[in-house]
Amino acid sequence: MTDTALSVSRSSVERRKVLADDATARLERMFEIRGFEERLNALFATGAIHGTTHLAMGQEALAVSLAAELRPTDLVTATYRGHAMALALGMSPRAVLAEIMGKSEGSTGGLGGSMHVSDDDIGLLPTFAIVGAGLPVAAGAALAFQYKGDDSVAVAVFGDGATNIGAFHESLNLAAIWKLPVVFLCDNNVYGEYSRINLTTPIEDLHLRAASYAMPAEVVDGMDVTATRAALARAIGRARTGGGPTLVEAKTYRFAGHSRADTAPYRPAGELEYWQERDPVKRAREELVAGGASADELARLESSVGAALDEVIEVVQALPDPVVTDMFNNIWTPTTRKADS
Amino acid sequence: MRFRQAIVAALEDEMEADPSVMVMGEDIAVAGGPFKTSEGLLDKFGPNRVRDTPISEMAFTGAGVGAAIAGLRPVIEIMFMEFLGVALDQLVTGAAKMHYLSKGQLSVPLTVRASVGSGTGFGSQHSQTLENWVTATPGLTVVTMSTPQNAYGILRAAIQSPGPTMVLEPRNLYAVRGEVQRGAAGLVELGKAEVVRQGTAVTIVTMGQLRTSVLEAVEASGIDAEIIDLITLAPWDRTTVLDSVAKTHRLVVVEEAPESGGWGSEIVAAVTRELFSSLSAAPFRITTPNVPVPYSRALESRYLPQPDEIARQLTQYQSTGTVPAPWWVLEGLSK
Repeated sequence: MTDTALSVSRSSVERRKVLADDATARLERMFEIRGFEERLNALFATGAIHGTTHLAMGQEALAVSLAAELRPTDLVTATYRGHAMALALGMSPRAVLAEIMGKSEGSTGGLGGSMHVSDDDIGLLPTFAIVGAGLPVAAGAALAFQYKGDDSVAVAVFGDGATNIGAFHESLNLAAIWKLPVVFLCDNNVYGEYSRINLTTPIEDLHLRAASYAMPAEVVDGMDVTATRAALARAIGRARTGGGPTLVEAKTYRFAGHSRADTAPYRPAGELEYWQERDPVKRAREELVAGGASADELARLESSVGAALDEVIEVVQALPDPVVTDMFNNIWTPTTRKADS
Repeated sequence: MRFRQAIVAALEDEMEADPSVMVMGEDIAVAGGPFKTSEGLLDKFGPNRVRDTPISEMAFTGAGVGAAIAGLRPVIEIMFMEFLGVALDQLVTGAAKMHYLSKGQLSVPLTVRASVGSGTGFGSQHSQTLENWVTATPGLTVVTMSTPQNAYGILRAAIQSPGPTMVLEPRNLYAVRGEVQRGAAGLVELGKAEVVRQGTAVTIVTMGQLRTSVLEAVEASGIDAEIIDLITLAPWDRTTVLDSVAKTHRLVVVEEAPESGGWGSEIVAAVTRELFSSLSAAPFRITTPNVPVPYSRALESRYLPQPDEIARQLTQYQSTGTVPAPWWVLEGLSK
């Protein structure tokens, strides 16, 4: 990466590392995620990007909290609503945007798109576009860690909608009986695609589902970084020290519609406004100011992040598309014959 | 009317005609369907007959099987064909075997609709056609559609069909406009291919969104091809295809799926077996390469056989009688 702009010049591991002990860096990352998605939305509207996209505005605090608590050697399975998670975990805006714009420099060389960003350096598997599909895979990664005696942890991030799919229940059961070092992190943003949770799910407190699997559970305000970090630290710590899986329910809210085509006309009146009052970016900013930070400096930080993102967009738009050869690569895993020993 | 509106019209007309017809799927009721293929049905028929489901394909596909056995005619929507993966057991191992395992006592008048195919920039997990997931299942009728008119007629026929039917809807066509005749005259007979263009020089079998590309290619190349839209993939219309090849002595299948394991192999095998000695050239298939559907617009447009590529291969085949190499072989990209 040769970006000149701010944090985007760092490696993804370094970009992850800064979040652990620096509240300003966490806010900066939240500015970056919010600014990234706002700009992305505008780019889609102009037709500069094809296909679809799923925004995670309102869910930045959860992503940043998780990133602050994980090691780069841990493994994460996340979803098609994955830009916030990818940026928080350490991917650069340039790498994420290049993928979304189908550029050869993107994380899968432009072959995956918005729903499949990934970064091996920080243990982010290509994000899953099938609801619930990441849970069994995270359980399997946790099995490998346990098997090898490694203290790494796997985290499956999924939405509230995924708790109605078989893979959720089967994975929790399996992880519970084998005491796997996995955290099931439910980002309960109130909506599964176009449907409010009450229309699809008999309970809104999804952490209660852990009881069926005799699994510890946490429920936390996912728009509050401090609280979310504390809950995740307990769950990750438990997994890392042989205590087995935890279901963490983070209460968030999806400020955008399900995907590009959805303006969310189905929201009850006043609901969006209620949650906007609890906007995680706003709260993280207020918390810093209350702790003595200069509001002016934070505003300057926000605009410099914005300027850096604008620069990234300029750069990425000018990057080359993949060449036709690229679609034939990396399909079959190469067979290498082991030397006789 | 647009293709997607033809789907709505078919659902509406079947629901009017038969009170046992009901629809289920993710965001199909209040939101009218992610692709607006059930728009207005909730208002018209109410929540008992038009149901939003949780994201639980296994549950609502299986529920469709049970409801069908118990007397309803459920139509379920799988938003993207890939989402059928978690529910395949209910359809392939369940629905398709009930009649057989009950000595013909049970029937499963279930219709499963799924959007399929590339061209919309949805990437490798939302762009496959995957018809070969379901075509090797005796007992399961598999159909596809290619115009607003046949979308209407095929879906109605599928709903009326006494057995389980899988309907593959090319997502890239939802916005296409065309005339649609509603009512009995607009129905399409399942199991019957449509001869789209009559000709004598070569038989081209295709389906779905490639029908238009084939027509374009044939017009551009000036070849007197007979174009058959297969429509029903299983069990497919052998008579129409074999009669046509018996006349033209040549066969090309144009399909949207990776070359390996495609439905066209079945057509080529049957034609070769039945008409080998009367063929004047080897039958062959124009397909997509053996790769996942690439996301980048620059690559996705190459992935699907384009009219100029189809025309190039047809022209070589007709002028030399030899099977042309696909573009990825000519360009040295793959075997």
